[in-house]
Amino acid sequence: MSDTHSGLVAHQFDDVEQQRESVTLGMWTFLLTEIMMFGGLFTGYTVYRNAYPEAFMYASHHLDLVLGTVNTAVLLGSSLTMALAVHAAQTSNRKKTVGFLLGTMLLGSVFLGIKVVEYSHKFHENLVPGANFMVDGPQATNQELFFSFYFAMTGLHAVHMIIGFGILIVITVMAWKNRFSAEYYSPVEMFGLYWHFVDIVWIFLFPLLYLIGAHV
Amino acid sequence: MSDHVIPTRVYYTVFAALLVLTALTVLVAEFDLGRLNAFVAMLIACTKAMLVILYFMHVRYSSRLTQVFIGVAFLFLLILISFTMSDMLTRNFELLTAVSGL
Repeated sequence: MSDTHSGLVAHQFDDVEQQRESVTLGMWTFLLTEIMMFGGLFTGYTVYRNAYPEAFMYASHHLDLVLGTVNTAVLLGSSLTMALAVHAAQTSNRKKTVGFLLGTMLLGSVFLGIKVVEYSHKFHENLVPGANFMVDGPQATNQELFFSFYFAMTGLHAVHMIIGFGILIVITVMAWKNRFSAEYYSPVEMFGLYWHFVDIVWIFLFPLLYLIGAHV
Repeated sequence: MSDHVIPTRVYYTVFAALLVLTALTVLVAEFDLGRLNAFVAMLIACTKAMLVILYFMHVRYSSRLTQVFIGVAFLFLLILISFTMSDMLTRNFELLTAVSGL
C-alpha cells in the first residue's frame, strides 16, 4: 500500500497533502480566469440592461419560465450527484463513484436537451438576432440586444457543459478502471470544481435572463 | 485528509436549500418590487452561489490560502462591474451627444 501511496506523489512535492493543496490552488487559478471571462459578459449585460430596462423586461418575457426553472433544478441536481461522486471516490467506493458520475452525465444531457428545445423555439419564433429578428412591443432593436446577450451567455455556458461532458466521460472511464481511491481522487474532485462552477454561472444567468420580466 | 470527507447528509441538505431558494426567486419575481427587483434576485443568487462554493466545492474546509485566493477572484469581478457602472451611471450622455453632434 505504501508503495502505491508514494508512487502517487509527483517528485516535486513533499507529500500527498502538499500535492493536493497545489492541485486545488491550480484549479482555482483556472476558475478565476473563467470568472473574469464570464464577468465581461455579465458587465456588458449590466450596462445595457441599465440603459434599456423596459426593452430587457419585455424581451425576457419571451423566454420559457417553466423550462428555465426545470433546467435550474436539473443542473442543481447534477451538482448534487457530482458532489456525491467525489464523496464516493473519497471513500474508495468504485461502484458509487461510477454510478454518480453516470447520473451527473444523465442530468447534464437532460439540461442540454432542454436547451436545444428552447433554442429551436427561439429560431421558430424569429427571436434570434439577425436579419430575421422580429418581435412585438417597444424598442425592437434594444430587445434584439437582450437576445444577443441571451445567446452569447447561455451559449458560452452550454459550450462549458459540452466540454465538461467530454471530461466527464474520461473521468468515468478512469473510475471504472478503479484508478481512484481514498489516497488519490484529485481528478474527480477537480472536475467537480469545474462542474460546480458551471452550475454557479447558471445560478446567476437564470434570474438575470428568465425572471426580469415575470412581473409584467 | 480524513477530516476532508463531508457526510452526504450535508450535500442533501444543501441541495434541498438550493431548490427552496430557486422556488423563492421564481415566486418573488412575480411581484413588482420596483428598484428592489434586481437586488432581491441577486441576493438569492449570491446565497445559492455561496452554498455551492462553501459545501459542494469544499471551500469551507479548504486551506486559508485557497480561501483568500477565491475571495480575491470575486473582489476583481466586483471591481470590473462596479468601476464600469460608476462610469456609466455618472456620465451625462445628453451632454456628450450634444457636444459631439451625433
